[in-house]
Amino acid sequence: MRVNENMESTNMKMKTILLTTAAAMIAAPAFAASHMANEMTIVSWGGAYSKSQLLAYDEPYSEMTGTTIIHDDSSAEAVAKLRAMNEAGNVTWDVVDVVAADAIRLCDEGLALVIDPDKDLAPAPDGTPASEDFGDLLVSECYIPQIVYSTTFGYRTDMVGDTPPTDICAVFDLEAYPGKRSLEKRPINNMEWALLCDGVAKGDVYDVLATPEGQDKALAKLDTIKDQVIWWNAGADTPQLLADGEVVMGSTYNGRLFSVIEEQDQPVAMLWDAQVFDLDGWIIPAGLSPEREARARDYVRFATDTQRLADQAKYISYGPARMSSAPLVGKHAELGIDMAPHMPTDPNNAKNTFLYNYEFWADYRDDIDAKFQAWLAQ
Amino acid sequence: MSDTAQSGPVLAADGTPLKKSLARALRLQKTRALLLIAPLLLFVLVSFIVPIGQMLWRSVENDIVSDTLPLTVQALKTWDASAGELPDEAVYAAFARDMIVAVKAKEHTKLGTRLNYEQTGISSMFRQSGRKVGKWDPVADAPFKQKLIDVHDGWGDINTWRVIQTHARKVTPGYFLNAIDMRLTPDGATTQPEDKRILIKLFGRTLFMSLIIMGSCILLGYPIAWLLANLPMRQANILLILVLLPFWTSLLVRTSAWKVLLQSQGVINEILVWLGLITDEGRLVMINNQFGTIVAMTHILLPFMILPMYSVMQTIPQTYLRAAKSLGATNWTAFWRVYFPQTVPGIGAGSILVFILSIGYYITPEIVGGTKGVFISNRIAYHISSSLNWGLAAALGTILLAVVLLLYWCYDKIVGIDNVKLG
Amino acid sequence: MASTKTDDAFVEFDRVQKSYDGETLVVKDLNLSIGRGEFLTMLGPSGSGKTTCLMMLAGFETATHGDIRLGGTEINNIPPHKRGIGMVFQNYALFPHMTVAENLSFPLEVRKMGKSEREAKVQRALDMVQMGDFGGRRPAQLSGGQQQRIALARALVFEAELVLMDEPLGALDKQLREHMQFEIKHIADNLGITVVYVTHDQTEALTMSDRVAVFEDGRIQQLDPPDTLYEQPKNSFVAQFIGENNTLMGKVEKIDNAANTAEVRLDDGSLIDTIPVNVSEVGERTLVSIRPERVEFNKDRLHADAHTLKAEVLEFIYMGDIYRTRLRVAGNENFIVKTRNAPDQRRLKAGEILDIGWRPQDCRALDA
Repeated sequence: MRVNENMESTNMKMKTILLTTAAAMIAAPAFAASHMANEMTIVSWGGAYSKSQLLAYDEPYSEMTGTTIIHDDSSAEAVAKLRAMNEAGNVTWDVVDVVAADAIRLCDEGLALVIDPDKDLAPAPDGTPASEDFGDLLVSECYIPQIVYSTTFGYRTDMVGDTPPTDICAVFDLEAYPGKRSLEKRPINNMEWALLCDGVAKGDVYDVLATPEGQDKALAKLDTIKDQVIWWNAGADTPQLLADGEVVMGSTYNGRLFSVIEEQDQPVAMLWDAQVFDLDGWIIPAGLSPEREARARDYVRFATDTQRLADQAKYISYGPARMSSAPLVGKHAELGIDMAPHMPTDPNNAKNTFLYNYEFWADYRDDIDAKFQAWLAQ
Repeated sequence: MSDTAQSGPVLAADGTPLKKSLARALRLQKTRALLLIAPLLLFVLVSFIVPIGQMLWRSVENDIVSDTLPLTVQALKTWDASAGELPDEAVYAAFARDMIVAVKAKEHTKLGTRLNYEQTGISSMFRQSGRKVGKWDPVADAPFKQKLIDVHDGWGDINTWRVIQTHARKVTPGYFLNAIDMRLTPDGATTQPEDKRILIKLFGRTLFMSLIIMGSCILLGYPIAWLLANLPMRQANILLILVLLPFWTSLLVRTSAWKVLLQSQGVINEILVWLGLITDEGRLVMINNQFGTIVAMTHILLPFMILPMYSVMQTIPQTYLRAAKSLGATNWTAFWRVYFPQTVPGIGAGSILVFILSIGYYITPEIVGGTKGVFISNRIAYHISSSLNWGLAAALGTILLAVVLLLYWCYDKIVGIDNVKLG
Repeated sequence: MASTKTDDAFVEFDRVQKSYDGETLVVKDLNLSIGRGEFLTMLGPSGSGKTTCLMMLAGFETATHGDIRLGGTEINNIPPHKRGIGMVFQNYALFPHMTVAENLSFPLEVRKMGKSEREAKVQRALDMVQMGDFGGRRPAQLSGGQQQRIALARALVFEAELVLMDEPLGALDKQLREHMQFEIKHIADNLGITVVYVTHDQTEALTMSDRVAVFEDGRIQQLDPPDTLYEQPKNSFVAQFIGENNTLMGKVEKIDNAANTAEVRLDDGSLIDTIPVNVSEVGERTLVSIRPERVEFNKDRLHADAHTLKAEVLEFIYMGDIYRTRLRVAGNENFIVKTRNAPDQRRLKAGEILDIGWRPQDCRALDA
């Protein structure tokens, strides 16, 4: 009898478990869906940059709205992935951080939504509309920039003797500055620098580069240092190469150099000459449901207001894209040093800057890249 | 009792013909077997055959021109490009109407990107023109020829229209031509200008480097596999763990570790300088070149060579070597004539694995390859994720697949695929 | 042949010892000489050291101590491939990637023999084992017995004077094995080669050998021609290892060294006649061994004053050519009697009580 009773109760238990499981399984999608409603995926670059966004935008936004934010560090492949998602009809990203060139392509491909700055974004505290506050930096109708960064050179202070370089052409001067240098393994920026140091006037660079002769000229200049170059693919490569003493100078993003110099205290200094400004900012993918789209727009509005952009500069040395944010830039959150002098946009650093031509590269990227790769492989 | 069965077909116990009831029994068995493998079949279909089919299709697919500009393509059919004159107003009107529709659907910039692969500059033509043409009315704003040329002088260039005409086909060999350093021009297929030829070179380099990597895997792997197969159990297990250890470490970590070892301020150079074998100025260049790629990839792929060799060697008893020696063979002869031929199936299996894996590798060459250690897969990755020229990437992938199949076929002809053993 | 002894020894083990781990000896003080043309079998259970001895002779193991000589030359430091000894392995070890002819040709090739000479010798060797038509086959296409023949031919093709065989018939079925035993013996006799044969099958050893060395615990327990080994085992291990054997436990009651007889008092109190083999003192524990076919229960055939024992029949088994009867004798319930199936032979019945006896010389008092 006892045994039977036990069996009975075990059976009962089994039944209960099965029922609960089944119920849970049926309920799961519904639950996930309701959960989804308060969850968004933000795509960015990872590392210190994502951390600065987390502290400046995501945490305050979550606190304010109760939205759970999921991070995905896929910005490097954002264009390809968004295209694949769009083809598959299942876009899982809500807001994506990309560089300007990618934003233009996403917009061209119809993969990003149009954002009207005056309708969708907050005006400056003094009432200036967003379109004026961002000004020229609104390079695409789908794109709201957050920061201005620059690609520039850093050099080893202990490997350049008594005459530290002040001119971009030091990169091409093997006599004065012997040793390896690191350059990005793509034509963009390198071709422009090569032409600048080959005597082409700043204003003529893109006109010259549009001709086959100009392209050959740039490659010929690069050829003079070719066997002294280590080509990098990831932004972290040059800082590491500098720290290891593998190269005497190298190009990378200014924020990476800031962290080598100020945070890791390496014997490295900035060569701001002919730094190339670029932008980093948000796009909203096409193909979102109306609720998700509304929430994505809400997030972008919050994350690009004057105070938020100024806050981000506390954590990383990139300049806010709004003019109204500049006066609000303060000290580094941990090091306590003034951030303004480390911004690429600081007047002292921006004495000689180079303007990157997005339109040009959208047209010539494939053509020049093929040449550049063929030249590399020689 | 057998005489009843002599006449007519053989019957089963229940009177049905034996053949029929056997077929039924087998059908049941087959259905059950099919059901059992159905998940696998489905998986292979979804994850393997469909993507490969898609890739093959994408390498020739070219719907975008005729889909976006249907009227223009139709109108261009009668235009004779060789006459050296611009198309007439009918073509421009058709184009304007197509563009007005395309701009609304945001399709015109996609088409611009596509045609920009063929002629640099078309991308911005479409983008810039789109902003203005989108506001036109197909009837009220006619005629269009001069208006379009005013918007962008590219529309007054005969070449623009020839490119559109040439690439209006729904199925194109263009991507395959690009993949072998050629291009489809209005005048037919020609080779790329010399300063843009790189892909054939990369194919050749990929095959050559893969062969070297395979060779060094054989040379390094053979003695290790032999040790594994012949050491006492306990030591062999430890060695096996050491062989498998790399599998448990991330690929990036392993590759970066080679960087630390091989770079000019790296561990090996420091030791050599310290020992006085090389001078401080004469540090060896061992990374960011082919050597670095070969070293790092040999290390990564070595287990794929060792494991099949090991499992084959394990099945070869020691007595063969003893027998050979007792018959008068020296150690070397015994190894070369008796042991080695029996390990060939293992070498074959390992070589196929390593070769095919290394042909498709791109992370390691990207990190340590510099300019001379880059593989064709790096270009495929570039066209997938950066240039978004998926058609070209698909064509390159298809060629790579064909090369692998061809080599496999050659291997089968020369060595015989039955001669490949994984254990 | 059995008479070839130390005087013209072809193979000699001289105080050979072998240890693998430096702690225990696998072979303890082995002394053995094998005459030219002799067929010598090393017989013993697994782990008795017989295979190790063979491997030392072949050169695959080195002796820890002592000398091994071949034709008067010390060969301890000669590598296996220079010893010129033919060998047949347990699993034949035919090279699977070569044809039968290539397998046979291999030892001739490494001896740099010319092609035509090689082909002639290979064909002759194949004919010898009646496999003349199989030269083009691969080993995997042959049956076990055929592979065995090829392995034998390969060991003989380069005209080795000494051939070692390591349990060569172990993988064959019984009938084929018996056939091959005869054939190997026949070929060895015809060629006049010296064979050292290792087996754990005592029937095989008895059938084929000129002499048998019984190994146990790293020592040769007895080295004798088969008949001596069977009929006059020198100790209880040999008696029990070779052939079937009845054993009775007891104490030596009386010993007469001159007449070479001893009386043994069994544990149940009965007294029997034996010959003392390795007992020497009165009162010593002894194991008495009697072969089942030497037990007699027909009173007429027993010696008049022979001691007899009471026995009870427990089981009668008809085996065709012989009858096998199980008895209880002096407390031993597994006492077997074998009798020939002959017209005048009586079939015992279970439950029958009878007297059994034997000739004293068939009953050997051995170490307990």
